[in-house]
Amino acid sequence: MFGTITPDMILAILPEISLLVVLAIVFIVDLVLPETRRGILAVITAVGLAATFALTLLYANPGNSAELVWGGMLRHDMLAYVAKLLFIFASFITVLLSVKLDNVWLKGEYYLLLLTSTIGMTLMAASADLVMLFLAIETTSIPLYILAGFMTGDNKSTEAGFKYLLFGAMTTAVMLYGFSLLFGFAGSSNLYVMADAISAGAVPGPVLVGTLVLVLLGLGFKVAIVPMHFWAPDVYEGAPTPVTAFLSTASKAAGFMVLVRVMLASFPNILADWQLMLGILAAASMFIGNVVALTQKNIKRLLAYSGIAHAGYALLGVVAASELGVASVMYYLLVYVVTNMAAFGVVVIVARVTGSDEVEDFAGLQRRSPMLALVLLLAFLSLAGIPPLGGFIAKVLVFAAAVEAGFVWLAVLGVLASIIGLYYYLIVLKVVYLDQPKSEEPVPVERAHGVAILASVLLVLILGVIIAPAYEWAIAAAGSLF
Amino acid sequence: MAFPFLSAIVLLPILAGVVLLFLPPKNHKLIYSFALAVALVTFLLSIVVYVGFDTNGPPFQFIEKYDWLPQLRISYHVGVDGIAAPLVLLTGVVIFTGVIISQRIDDRPREFFAFLFLLASGVFGVFVALDLFALFFFYEIAVFPMYLLIAIWGWKQSREYAAMKLTLYLFIGSVIALVGVLAMYFNSGLYTFDFLALQNANFSPEFQKLWFPFVFFGFAVLGGIFPFHNWSPVGHVAAPTAVSMFHAGVLMKLGAFAALRVGIMLMPEGAQFHMWWILLLTLVNVVYGAFIAMTQTDFKYMIGYSSVSHMGLVAMGLATLNHDGLVGASVQMVSHGVMTALFFAVVGMIYDQAHTRQIPELGGMMKIMPFAGIAFIIGGLVSMGMPGFSGFVAEFPIFMGVWADTPWIAIVAAISIAVTAAYILRAVGKVFFGELPAALEGHMHDIKISEKLALGILCVIMIVIGIFPSVVVPMVEHGVEAVLALVGGA
Repeated sequence: MFGTITPDMILAILPEISLLVVLAIVFIVDLVLPETRRGILAVITAVGLAATFALTLLYANPGNSAELVWGGMLRHDMLAYVAKLLFIFASFITVLLSVKLDNVWLKGEYYLLLLTSTIGMTLMAASADLVMLFLAIETTSIPLYILAGFMTGDNKSTEAGFKYLLFGAMTTAVMLYGFSLLFGFAGSSNLYVMADAISAGAVPGPVLVGTLVLVLLGLGFKVAIVPMHFWAPDVYEGAPTPVTAFLSTASKAAGFMVLVRVMLASFPNILADWQLMLGILAAASMFIGNVVALTQKNIKRLLAYSGIAHAGYALLGVVAASELGVASVMYYLLVYVVTNMAAFGVVVIVARVTGSDEVEDFAGLQRRSPMLALVLLLAFLSLAGIPPLGGFIAKVLVFAAAVEAGFVWLAVLGVLASIIGLYYYLIVLKVVYLDQPKSEEPVPVERAHGVAILASVLLVLILGVIIAPAYEWAIAAAGSLF
Repeated sequence: MAFPFLSAIVLLPILAGVVLLFLPPKNHKLIYSFALAVALVTFLLSIVVYVGFDTNGPPFQFIEKYDWLPQLRISYHVGVDGIAAPLVLLTGVVIFTGVIISQRIDDRPREFFAFLFLLASGVFGVFVALDLFALFFFYEIAVFPMYLLIAIWGWKQSREYAAMKLTLYLFIGSVIALVGVLAMYFNSGLYTFDFLALQNANFSPEFQKLWFPFVFFGFAVLGGIFPFHNWSPVGHVAAPTAVSMFHAGVLMKLGAFAALRVGIMLMPEGAQFHMWWILLLTLVNVVYGAFIAMTQTDFKYMIGYSSVSHMGLVAMGLATLNHDGLVGASVQMVSHGVMTALFFAVVGMIYDQAHTRQIPELGGMMKIMPFAGIAFIIGGLVSMGMPGFSGFVAEFPIFMGVWADTPWIAIVAAISIAVTAAYILRAVGKVFFGELPAALEGHMHDIKISEKLALGILCVIMIVIGIFPSVVVPMVEHGVEAVLALVGGA
């Protein structure tokens, strides 16, 4: 059914092939090695991901062309390309952060699940067909359910995995129902063929809006926006911290890629309807996320609520439904992923020493490790949207997109919400810089962890100061949708 | 190509800040010397820009322009006009003197100076920015370090509250202004953030009337405009000495400056439409600020409120939208910057030794630190607007400008001069003269040579401007003419 296989088609799935090879190697090595020497698995996975990143970067760039490959299942375009790089990077950092994490890092299945999930994400970003999309989403999610509950000895982790699974399965089912309606009415499961049919009026308006709600329920769950956000704080808190980092960044970004593609490709007919709908969800996410974050005592929960708010900001770009809008979402996600990786990196390191991820245990971190404190400072300020860090540019871009599209009220709400955000970020920084530490002992940093947070935080700075190259990517990715 | 003076001024402090973080944390002497050297170089560079500014030349000089985000027509575009050049020099002076008197900082000095320099870079950046995006970028860089500087090194009793209050106020202001600027970006039809291009954008009167208040007040919050001023005295008081100097001396000017640059110059019709009631608000600033200052018993609060009053004069001068008012406002920015930096420096020196700032508990300082006493009196004379000092050169044109339009406001505002004289003289009399209270006996000693140098520099500037206004006024007039050409006033 694919016709002849052309080099282009191979290049389109080069990242997936490479990831699969890494996965196979990890699988075999895991079988062969005795338990005590399995630390090497992390190295193999990390090197494999780095190689995949390099391969993708060098060879899988589609340039300005955007074509449907593999029988219309996938689309080889800039959006997918940038997204894939982002997921592979996030996965790489996650592996580094997992090093020396008790009960996790010596288990081969941990890396296998992580890699499988990454493959799912890369496919999600490229899916051009509802069937492919659903498979990709499930390939991403099922390993994540297990990863969230990976620490079986820890009740919180078990609960997290279970909760995530239940909510995930339910919303996926609802979304699948939406997909089936779309397929039934439009007569094709290909997003782009479907889009033409919908434009031609194949689906009655009210049904289309109803379908949209069903699809949004599923995708909203993936990106954790209000009101599909309830799972996030519990799951984030319970999951092993590197997994939380992965969940809150890559998985969220993958959800956004699909959201952007599906919304713009399939529902242009009812643009005004979904713009308003998403606008309201964005406003609710920004406010509820930020306000509830104010009361959090656990830093992982705090970051979960902050993530809900950030999904709200990113949603502003989707609402704008313009080229600038999509570009701003892409830029936002790039920044958000690297920023959160840096923040969670510090949480991983500190939690290893203090054995807790309560905010109060970060007291006086600055005296114990000035560099860790600085990384956390930069990451949080980036989240708060302060220059010269990436978060500032990202926020300006999404607000600009909203203003350009005539959603000034949303931009103003976003601005007000971000002030609330600033408050709790400052509270944490206050604890880090001002409060007295319980002990003055320096916090040791594993080399792998150091590399992970350094790479992330440098990218946060670079994305904040040297904006043009990354923006070029973002705008190219956006261009591939229009 | 000519040496990029402005970029050097903007980038040097931030780079120095990064270097500072890598110096050995225990070697306080090295850290201090490095900071001082950087501050000195920055100061010298700002003198070069000031002296090199040609008052017969084009409105903007020392221009540099590089692409930053060309896809959205954002560029790194800097240059100074006759209004900005003196403010760049002011910043150079205050950072230099501020570092001099920060020798006593012994808790994490690396971080202190690093954040202070980050702040300085932001301030320089705003004064020289000719691209609104760059202006915002630097504006927020300038505002943020204040939080840490106050929260970590500030006065224990109120630092957390003050730092948070200040940061939130200023951020709300700046992001509201940001939305206004985004509206300008899209509404101009030019899709550019370039200041010089937007000057010719001809926004419709309706647009200007709607958006002017957002932009003007967004920035004017930092200028301490009533009723958004009450972060300011609290912040001044809680901040450590050098930060108070920088804050009141320079940072508040950012607000007034940006309100002028982005608000008035880009939306002149909006400015004319709204200015009458803004003028009334500034009147409240001036008079109410002075009265509140008079009722304070805390020395630092007194100066904090006097800043509200004197910054009110800046805003009042701007609100006249005429030649005299604008010239006065611009000179007042410099004059007040130097004067208030001096005030806070002296208060800091006294507090470091006496450990109290309550005016009734102080006395007889003239015998112990005569140099500081005289410096404070000179500052006081500036504050009262005495002829022969910079305050007169600044305030006189402001009152003339206000009189030309609405004489009754000038008359009411003049009350502040008398009130200022009252509280300054009372403070001078009580703190510097009289008997040294028994509790302070033996605890006090004269200030260091380096501190005298810092105070001396500040005093000289105020006197030179007072006696030879021509060192600054023609330059400022050069800048104001360009503003008037936009506003269409006389």
